[in-house]
Amino acid sequence: MFDNLSKIGDYLEYPFVRYALIVVVLVALCASLLGVTLVLKRFSFIGDGLSHVGFGAMAIASVANVTNQMIIIMPVTIISAVLLLRTGQNTKIKGDAAIAMISVGALAFGYLLMNIFPPSANLTGDVCSTLFGPTSLITLTMDDVILCSVISAIVVIVFLFFYRKIFAVTFDENFAAAVGTRTKAYNLLLAVIIAVVIVMGMTLVGSLMISALVIFPALSSMRLFKSFRSVTIFSVILSVCCAVIGVFIAIMVGRIPIGATIVAVDVAAFIFCWIIGLIKK
Amino acid sequence: MALIEVKGLKLGYENRVIIKNLNFTVNEGEYLCIVGENGSGKTTLMKTLLNLQKPMDGEIIYGDGLKKNEIGYLPQQTIVQKDFPASVREIVLSGCQARCGWRPFYSKDEKKLAEDNMERMGIKQFAKRCYRDLSGGQQQRVLLARALCATRKILLLDEPVSGLDPMVTAEMYSLIDGLNKDGITIIMISHDISAAVRYATNILHISKKIFFGTKDEYSQSDIGKLFIMRDYYERGRNRDV
Repeated sequence: MFDNLSKIGDYLEYPFVRYALIVVVLVALCASLLGVTLVLKRFSFIGDGLSHVGFGAMAIASVANVTNQMIIIMPVTIISAVLLLRTGQNTKIKGDAAIAMISVGALAFGYLLMNIFPPSANLTGDVCSTLFGPTSLITLTMDDVILCSVISAIVVIVFLFFYRKIFAVTFDENFAAAVGTRTKAYNLLLAVIIAVVIVMGMTLVGSLMISALVIFPALSSMRLFKSFRSVTIFSVILSVCCAVIGVFIAIMVGRIPIGATIVAVDVAAFIFCWIIGLIKK
Repeated sequence: MALIEVKGLKLGYENRVIIKNLNFTVNEGEYLCIVGENGSGKTTLMKTLLNLQKPMDGEIIYGDGLKKNEIGYLPQQTIVQKDFPASVREIVLSGCQARCGWRPFYSKDEKKLAEDNMERMGIKQFAKRCYRDLSGGQQQRVLLARALCATRKILLLDEPVSGLDPMVTAEMYSLIDGLNKDGITIIMISHDISAAVRYATNILHISKKIFFGTKDEYSQSDIGKLFIMRDYYERGRNRDV
């Protein structure tokens, strides 16, 4: 045990471990902040659909061989978020079918593209790490950490500034619209933020895994707490703790993927909260 | 001048017209019940009055200095709300959202208003309780308190008693009646014709033929007689079963 702890201590000496830890914490924080609203608004599917789109965009970016992949991934994902939101609310075309169409289409297209123009010799490894996250801590530069911090700060500030309105729109969109709140604008805002968070976390935990970071802390917290504010606060705390524990476990065990480890810890936390919720009743 | 005046309103979805040539007025202090069969367009009319939906034709004139966002609204409950983790206070406070504008928090006055309205609806002791743990009648009181935070003049209620047991229904009606006596104008969609005739001052009946008038005129009209009688027999039959 002490060996392992000192191993973590040793690891923390390396800047790239510290950078990765900072970014993981920031991603976990931002993802869970919006999770409660997304789950309650039945928007979880948008997160899931977007992560597939993110994969497609990332494939295009790696094939195009641009220096900063964000230039392609970010706008593509944000535009898709807006489109998914539109289709999700459209009763004429079946919303869920449209989402399946866009997300699976992006997945197929991305995989196809990576096969035709392999970005490196190890195609399977590339695809796998894009979908499920890298198997070891990825090397982040100081610039990456700064970019991630700035985005997180914007997400948190926007969330805090619009918190009351986001609550109102989540609880009762009709009432909010009736008293003059611009519900469509807020839905759009939510979709854009979630797209940004997903792109931010994708490289770290993999595109298929990121929506778990959005949904699980919110669902766990909802088992235990009774007001919107306490549910939101607890889900953020829980998410950050799970992420840090996940990273440490991954380091201690070694050679296991970080994304999957964090999600596994999130699942364990959910089961724990669920049981406590049952006992409390 | 009337609080709300509806002229030649035509409502529907896409190419399907549900209601056409609808005219009525609502004056301050009145209690209007909107009755009619399912699918006759009652909720559509209410959504149009609330500016959530555009009419196909005709106009709605808001008078007496009534602003569009000064209408209190009690919508039908949604599935999302049944499982929603929110405290009663949080929900009632959200009735003040229009007063805030761009301000990201609620002011002292708005918090006071929320407290007062919780008191008025008799739910102050539930302020910290979770909305989903309350009974149907208590939940409606919470939503009514929220609606009262949004308005001082007029309330639009969409079937406020649906799904409530008879005793809670009676309580709800007398609560709404009390608000009307305090000077708040009420527009209510209802299935319950006997209650409509009992409490309302005016009735709007939407079916193939539209009736609008006072409740006495309604009781004397052919359509009114027919529906009141049918309602009476249906109640009698339900009692016998």
